[in-house]
Amino acid sequence: MVWGVILCGPAAGLAAGPPPVGGQLPDFTLGVPKDAAEKSYLGLSGSGAFKIPQIRAKTVVVEIFSMYCPYCQREAPNVNRLYEKIEADPALKGKIKLIGIGVGNSAFEVGVFHKRYGIPFPLFPDGDFVLHKLLGEVRTPYFIGVKIGPDGSHQLIHSRLGAFESVEKFLDEIVKASDLK
Amino acid sequence: MKKRLMIISCLVGAVLLVMPALRSAFALSDAYKDNIYDTGSLKPVDSALKVRIGEKAPDFRLQAVSGEKVSLSRYRGKKNVVISFVPAAWTPVCSDQWPGYNIVREMFDASDSILLGITVDNIPTLFSWTNQMGNLWFPVLSDFWPHGAVAKKYGVLRADGMAERVLFVIDKKGIIRYIDVHDINQRPSLEVLMGELEKLKQGK
Repeated sequence: MVWGVILCGPAAGLAAGPPPVGGQLPDFTLGVPKDAAEKSYLGLSGSGAFKIPQIRAKTVVVEIFSMYCPYCQREAPNVNRLYEKIEADPALKGKIKLIGIGVGNSAFEVGVFHKRYGIPFPLFPDGDFVLHKLLGEVRTPYFIGVKIGPDGSHQLIHSRLGAFESVEKFLDEIVKASDLK
Repeated sequence: MKKRLMIISCLVGAVLLVMPALRSAFALSDAYKDNIYDTGSLKPVDSALKVRIGEKAPDFRLQAVSGEKVSLSRYRGKKNVVISFVPAAWTPVCSDQWPGYNIVREMFDASDSILLGITVDNIPTLFSWTNQMGNLWFPVLSDFWPHGAVAKKYGVLRADGMAERVLFVIDKKGIIRYIDVHDINQRPSLEVLMGELEKLKQGK
């Protein structure tokens, strides 16, 4: 039985598929950004680790990307435009926040993507594909919408593969699912 | 007996459960959709290098996807050269190595370096494959015929006819300054390569 426990062990961290709408995020943490502006954007303080529902927002849009992925490269200007539209709308600014998780990307590689496309929101490395496995090994780019309740509970309101059909349509869907307008 | 059966079933179950985790996590871009052939895990290195750091890099002349013939010696005295051999088109790790290099042209420029991508695939295959990557700024060369001749000259042709996943950095004098015959299943770190180019820049 000891063998069984050891051998069956590695399967525990595997997700069966992409996180479903209506469900919850798998249990993982990200490192609090060192950059003061990024920290302030996310409403985090101190250092160490945080969970996505701790971000000060009504909804967090998570982009699963890779700097090596041509579609993510092509989509980067659109995701930046999504950020700008949110920030320019007083009804949405501060309520919808964006983050990116670079799967299989080191901190250096995430930094390259950040600089190359002038990404205005925080990006986090997942160099060893650990988060990627937890998130059901989705293809990229993949977008997850996380609605956060006043009590810190959360629920997934969006979970979809691929580029935006249009930035406006995507934002509209997120806003409606978040009950923000 | 019952205990043994339980152990065996758990072993089989564990293998089945773990198998998806071993599936390659590379080439995840939706750009490739279902067109990537999963090679599974391969022998990390399956060749013996014939060149060494400090030696002069053997010259070659290969056809690029663009149609032009590119020789190594054309860069002598002008540019440092990074040669990126990748095993094969339409395979997991290779498909997301060059798109990464494609967005860091400035870093190559900063160290006065050019990148040459080489595989042993033929031109039509390389044409279709690299089209999925967007417009590449660097030449992609075909070492198809005589099959893998350049890879063989450098000692990076595997027994199965594919090239290794290998990076060579060659300075302006044509001297090999860095070699990374990488585990074929893994993508080399961009940071390490950029560190090597930085060394050339600083004349180290």
